[in-house]
Amino acid sequence: MEFFRIKRDIPFMRHAVTFNVISAVTFLLAVIFLAVRGLNFGVDFRGGTVIEVQYAHAVDFNRLRTAIDKLQLGEFSAQAFGRSDTALIRLPLKEGTSSAQLSEQVMASLKADDPSVTQQRVEFVGPQVGKELYENGALALLLVCIGIIAYLAMRFEWRFAVAALIANLHDVVIILGFFALFQWEFSLPVLAAVLAVLGYSVNESVVIADRIRENFRKMRKASVPTVIDNAITSTLSRTIITHGSTLMMVLSIYFFGGETLHYFALALAIGICFGIYSSALVMATLVMWMGVSREDLVKQERKAGSADKVLP
Amino acid sequence: MNRYPVWKYVVIAVVLLLGVFYTLPNFFPDVPAVQVSSAKAKVDTALLGNVEEALKAGNVPFRGASLDTTGIKVRFADTDTQLRARDVLQTKLGDNYIVALNLLSSSPQWLASIGALPMYLGLDLRGGVHFLLQVDMKAALDKAADRYTADLRSLLRKEKIQYGGISREGANVVMRFRDDAERNRARLVIEQNFADLAFREADGTGDLRLVASLKPEAQKRIQDGAVAQNIQILRNRVNELGVAEPIIQQQGAERVVVQLPGVQDTARAKDILGRTATLEVRLVNDEPGALEAALNGSVPIGSDLFTERDGQKLLVRRQVVLTGDRINDAQPGFDQRSNEPAVHINLDGAGANIFKEITRENVGKRMAIVLVEKGKAEVITAPVIREEIGGGRVQISGRMTTREANDVALLMRAGALAAPMEIVEERTVGPSLGAENIAKGFNSVMYGFVVLAIFMCAYYLLMGLISTIALAVNLMLLVALLSMMQATLTLPGIAAIALTLGMAIDANVLINERIREELRWGATPHAALQTGYERAWGTIFDSNITTLIAGLALLIFGTGPVRGFAVVHCLGILTSMFSAVFVSRGIVAMIYGGRKKLDSISIGQVWRPAAAAAAPTKA
Repeated sequence: MEFFRIKRDIPFMRHAVTFNVISAVTFLLAVIFLAVRGLNFGVDFRGGTVIEVQYAHAVDFNRLRTAIDKLQLGEFSAQAFGRSDTALIRLPLKEGTSSAQLSEQVMASLKADDPSVTQQRVEFVGPQVGKELYENGALALLLVCIGIIAYLAMRFEWRFAVAALIANLHDVVIILGFFALFQWEFSLPVLAAVLAVLGYSVNESVVIADRIRENFRKMRKASVPTVIDNAITSTLSRTIITHGSTLMMVLSIYFFGGETLHYFALALAIGICFGIYSSALVMATLVMWMGVSREDLVKQERKAGSADKVLP
Repeated sequence: MNRYPVWKYVVIAVVLLLGVFYTLPNFFPDVPAVQVSSAKAKVDTALLGNVEEALKAGNVPFRGASLDTTGIKVRFADTDTQLRARDVLQTKLGDNYIVALNLLSSSPQWLASIGALPMYLGLDLRGGVHFLLQVDMKAALDKAADRYTADLRSLLRKEKIQYGGISREGANVVMRFRDDAERNRARLVIEQNFADLAFREADGTGDLRLVASLKPEAQKRIQDGAVAQNIQILRNRVNELGVAEPIIQQQGAERVVVQLPGVQDTARAKDILGRTATLEVRLVNDEPGALEAALNGSVPIGSDLFTERDGQKLLVRRQVVLTGDRINDAQPGFDQRSNEPAVHINLDGAGANIFKEITRENVGKRMAIVLVEKGKAEVITAPVIREEIGGGRVQISGRMTTREANDVALLMRAGALAAPMEIVEERTVGPSLGAENIAKGFNSVMYGFVVLAIFMCAYYLLMGLISTIALAVNLMLLVALLSMMQATLTLPGIAAIALTLGMAIDANVLINERIREELRWGATPHAALQTGYERAWGTIFDSNITTLIAGLALLIFGTGPVRGFAVVHCLGILTSMFSAVFVSRGIVAMIYGGRKKLDSISIGQVWRPAAAAAAPTKA
């Protein structure tokens, strides 16, 4: 079996402007959604209480809402969670009431209404902790960016580092744009997925950058666009197969992993799909536009040559 | 060509063998068990014998009992027997022992003895409660300032220094004076006696003030002490809950994590953790005949009948002479004269005065130190007052072993929380949801793996099969590593296993594509294998490093479930580099390496464009 029977190098670089316009538009849309609708932060970041309850039968949401309304806890939401007999209740933070009392009040009220209800899960995050989780998340993102840019700059050249980071941050922003557009819940596992995507997409850029460098060495007379076209074309089959494999796993998590991992898998899936596009097309064109030349890499090569041997 | 040196095979074989051993325990199902431990009494082989006898006497069949550092563990065939056994043991052993329900792996003893244990499941997989408690540091400092206010007042009186007033304002103690000379004298005296205080002079309208505040290092000591003491108290209380493997740890400067796996009654857990205990000093009623009357059923009015630790009955007056918040510190030690184990107690200023008065009036009588928790009172110790005790330094000695002295000191310290605590994060997962999560996680890994394996074998034929074997080895090594490190596995952690496998195949795809490409341009099979692996290695290394950077950032900043994800993610990258490159190449060398004349590699169709020669040529 061979899916990719590409006779000639695909002239990606000829259409560089088109690709980047598409990218820029998607990126802008994502930013607009983020600005206008904002992220729907989950209890992890916003603070509050989440209670998952299970009934012996399908949930009667009217009765459930009436039972909680009696407690006068302010605005809350209740919705089905994966199955018809399971409901997820979200309660906002409330001054002066500790989580301990809150979830018990709710359970007591629900039990009084329908004894078949059981508490499956309670998550309470105080305002202080929520803020910290938010800050730590931002710090983690920053650390990943710095780490990646430093590594790529050391291993390749600064243009590659900057281009790869821009290309992959653009993936991240697009994932966030999806979450803003559809108001999917942004929780801690989703953040983990976003960071994993960042690391994973950079993989892709590394593979292509590696090939560009190798081509500069081998194809001495070719122009820069030809070299890049050849690098993208010859890694294309590998790019699509590996992303496809990872996507299979992610879809498996999406379909079998249950509600808890639902958005986690979704974020990964979006990230992987856009990752193919951004690292192949956005990263490579950015590198070209920043004016990478054979001399940059060949000179770099000699320097890096000694470093190469140190690495296993 | 493409031969592998023997030592590399030896390394692979050893790693695989270790992998198998450490993965093995995960295949044995958990069985219901009962765990006996005690914070107060000794858990030894004698107790083990007692437990076995009690179970035999109660006609409860069990599958072997063992003793280890965490206590005695007895396994049972089903949960009904387990519940019956708990009741039998709790009745037989009494309140001094904690009899907890638990699930234990049924893996054989020899595996456990080489340290091979099943993976440690997080609360979202096994069910239980997780609390993050915040210690109110301001309250701890205010309490300390309160004590200093009382101490300074009595010091100024003792030294006969004229002062206009003394009060606590926030965490500071403010003293007012009429003239500068008195203020300076006060300052000198206090500096000599309390090294932990720093001073500032402030002049209000019409009076001279001296403001004493705790030095930063003393504040830190008090705060650290408050957290440590609260942890100790939580530990005592959790013991009462009968949780088999509780985790109580400090997190950051002022937080405590409490994890109680398997606890279902979360309401009770919250209640016990949040309760306040008090320590009371009362006098023993030793009027002739009173104890005898009480034993016969008529307890005198104003007294309570208690049973001491050693089983002796004791009649104690209801009137409380001193409460535990007057105790600054209690430490185990030895009596200087008799060298007997003793407990040294340090009372605050007001407590010292009261104590001095009480002891002066009751020489020769006994006093009882009573711990009241949730309406249940217990006499910790009841020493005889030998002489008047002043200065707030009290020593309790006599009829104590070193261990008992330790316990009494701990209970006196731990009687009440050093500072109030508030739950700032709670995550509770019911046991059935936990089991469901395990099944879901397992299914995602399994189905994903199967689809991936089918695709690889169909697309790359034998080389695909080798990649699949490498991937299976990767999975096994990852599970073995997680078991070995006893890292906490959470549901996002299982997702990370699936994701890692999906990403790990990248390395093999990279290698296989490279080999195909080499073949396409006319390389001999041996040369293609050689260059394929060599060229791909640099790329694999680079790309894994960037993924590792992302994983490490998550590990540093992540908490809870995300941390579980990060741990697996990072470990998975390491195992995948090993298995995708080292192991798969080993297999390839085994299959193809021996053949001198190799015509083709089973790697699926290698398509050669008709215009191969015209395509961009290699220089």
